[in-house]
Amino acid sequence: MVEFNLPANSVVKEGKTFSAPADAKNVRAFKIYRFDPDSGDNPRTDTYDIDLDKCGPMVLDALIKIKNEIDATLTFRRSCREGICGSCAMNIDGRNTLACLKPIDDIKGEVKIYPLPHMPVVKDLVPDLSQPYAQLASIEPWLKADSPTPPDGERLQSREERAKLDGLWECILCFSCSTACPSYWWNSDRYLGPAVLLQAYRWLADSRDEYTGERLDALEDPFRLYRCHTIMNCTNTCPKGLNPALAITEIKKMIAERRA
Amino acid sequence: MSESYKIIDHNYDVVVMGAGGAGLRATLGTVEAGLKTACITKVFPTRSHTVAAQGGIGASLGNMSEDHWQWHMYDTVKGSDWLGDQDAIEYMCRNAVPAVHELEHYGMPFSRTEDGKIYQRPFGGHTRDHGKAPVERACAAADRTGHAMLHTLYQQCLKNKAEFFVEYIALDLIMDEDGSCKGLVAWDLDTGELHRFNAKMVILASGGYGRAFFSCTSAHTCTGDGHGMVARAGLGLQDMEFVQFHPTGIYGSGCLITEGARGEGGYLTNSEGERFMERYAPTVKDLASRDVVSRGMAQEIRDGRGVGEHGEYIHLHLEHLGSEVLWERLPGITETAKIFAGVDATKEPIPVLPTVHYNMGGIPTNYKGEVLRPTAKDPNAIVPGLMAAGEAACVSVHGANRLGTNSLLDLVVFGRACGLHAAEVVDAKASFKELKATDGEEAVERFDRLRWAKGSRPTADIRLEMQRVMQSNCGVFRTSEILKEGKDKLSETAKTLPDVGVSDRSLIWNSDLVETLELENLMTCAAATMNSAEARHESRGAHAHEDFPKRDDETWMKHTIATVDTDKGYGVDLTYRPVNNFTLTDEVSYIEPKERVY
Repeated sequence: MVEFNLPANSVVKEGKTFSAPADAKNVRAFKIYRFDPDSGDNPRTDTYDIDLDKCGPMVLDALIKIKNEIDATLTFRRSCREGICGSCAMNIDGRNTLACLKPIDDIKGEVKIYPLPHMPVVKDLVPDLSQPYAQLASIEPWLKADSPTPPDGERLQSREERAKLDGLWECILCFSCSTACPSYWWNSDRYLGPAVLLQAYRWLADSRDEYTGERLDALEDPFRLYRCHTIMNCTNTCPKGLNPALAITEIKKMIAERRA
Repeated sequence: MSESYKIIDHNYDVVVMGAGGAGLRATLGTVEAGLKTACITKVFPTRSHTVAAQGGIGASLGNMSEDHWQWHMYDTVKGSDWLGDQDAIEYMCRNAVPAVHELEHYGMPFSRTEDGKIYQRPFGGHTRDHGKAPVERACAAADRTGHAMLHTLYQQCLKNKAEFFVEYIALDLIMDEDGSCKGLVAWDLDTGELHRFNAKMVILASGGYGRAFFSCTSAHTCTGDGHGMVARAGLGLQDMEFVQFHPTGIYGSGCLITEGARGEGGYLTNSEGERFMERYAPTVKDLASRDVVSRGMAQEIRDGRGVGEHGEYIHLHLEHLGSEVLWERLPGITETAKIFAGVDATKEPIPVLPTVHYNMGGIPTNYKGEVLRPTAKDPNAIVPGLMAAGEAACVSVHGANRLGTNSLLDLVVFGRACGLHAAEVVDAKASFKELKATDGEEAVERFDRLRWAKGSRPTADIRLEMQRVMQSNCGVFRTSEILKEGKDKLSETAKTLPDVGVSDRSLIWNSDLVETLELENLMTCAAATMNSAEARHESRGAHAHEDFPKRDDETWMKHTIATVDTDKGYGVDLTYRPVNNFTLTDEVSYIEPKERVY
């Protein structure tokens, strides 16, 4: 029988523990993935015991408290802290989400925090997202129309037409969905993944766009689109409550209808 | 230097710093003009803080009711409490309508009216016919207008194959001996390498500095980096005392609830359930401009009519609008209220508090975007090779108080203006100025010094102290005593900066070092703000001075220019330049100052 082993440097080791002050009463352990690109050491998990009575309600509040008060080397992305910029996407308690929108109270026991799965890790909780960004550019995510625009006004779009974009344009490109998708883990070099396909559908659904045929041509591919096997992890994990799985199904339907 | 760094050199016609609304619009303009452009940004473009703007972008489209750009201009001048430069305000308001149409043509998903046009809602300070009643002027994409706009601009940059340097931290400008700017130095977080960008034009679009305060609606990344670079280059910052408090930040977290909530019919009440804004602004009530509403709220709380156990906040009511309206027009804030206040806005009021939101002041520019170096002889002298736009800049279109929706407008109008002007003055065929070996040396020295800083005070410690001083001593209400105390305290805090300690020594994604570099920028902004405020002995717009409660046009109808000595304890030197009391064209005449009532 063939035996598979993880590469030696990918095994995550147990790291340091930072205890809470002795007088802390409401303590919760945060077990956080650490990777130092300079040392060449294996990744590790450090444990920080946090006094929740002196911490804001969200997981991001705890991360910032750790960085400010305990260990300034802890590295993660963050910006808006209100769920609109998409910077702080990470795997918390086994699920991809935004740290700023995830209440600590929703988690039972130890809070385990890892970077978004299956992406190269630059450092600690910072993944390299250059591949999904390049895939986003590859679907040409901009309005394409040859009809001239009105010289002194907007294109008209009915409220019903505009409503078709709801649930699509709100995507914040955090890539929680793509990095939760087993198909994307396996074939991320060729499968576009749910986040980018949701964007692709956003333009297919826009009444002002005139390149539906070309867009569908570009998507009709065993890998780019059809590696989606309706696993639904994307929709389950989306921190904004969007439904990429449905958008992908709509694209498949459009292609099927075009064939018929 | 304790270590020699490998430096990578680049030549670009234009370098844009920042990829928010202004930076992306400027980038788009210069790329379209055929200039080789590098947009360097510390976060991926769609993560810039423009993404958080909610309510709308102001333009007198007149889709819902009669409107004119002259009315928009009047409201903006009045909103600015006459500190705005009227030539620039005219430029912005007349260009607003084509700017919004351009965004729609780019594919921005605006909400729509029954007849398919761009949906518009009322907003604070925007009125019909010179103050008669609120007017629908805010062009909206639900309550996520900034998100829609930022993504649209990024898409257009992709379409035009703009070149981005993402997660690069700009360190400092490279200035020529003749006083012109010839590029900047930046640090690539991903590889840890340092880069020198040689540029014929640098456009700063680095956003505001809300994080100088303890409680703000601004993102963690709003740290006044462009302001800091300009100050370290020996240039002045304008009107920094004017800091906008948004009336409706969520109590506790500070997350923003759009003014559009009141535009859609929301209103504020005190502990007695009274709609108190009727007393402060009898005509437009809850839709008065932000400084007026914030002061009204703060006054209610001071007079003991705040809501809550300790009377520390105010109620914002939306429940009467019905859940259908909320979920269609205000879905984002309905969600935000749930997550950050634990409140179901369709059923109960949201606890809110005036929260630091926007910096009217910034890097002084003219309406073309050129950065000014005002002198006694020539208050409009420019810095060749350097432009600025967006919240980082002070054109000044917002004067002493910005109207809601005018910030998104400012970004696209002046981002575009920068592109146009750069296309005019930059010659793509001309050869580059040679960079000397020593160019950028000071930037690298500063970088190295902070990287190895072994002092006793962690970055977060000094930052928190600075934020607390700014919050308590430079707030909604100011007095000579409070400001004087604030000036002294801030100076004490600034003096501890050489004792800062950094624990991460790495070059790759060293966010401890990033925050320390940012702290120096924030401290520069804080010092300029506090000192400018202490000196201005009048009340105007967002600067409410209780010892001088009246506006004093005789003495104070002028812009403050603060020059911060970043080498020596952040001392501040103040000079002044006149407000432009003229318009751009003869189509509209100068709006004479008068008392500001809503």
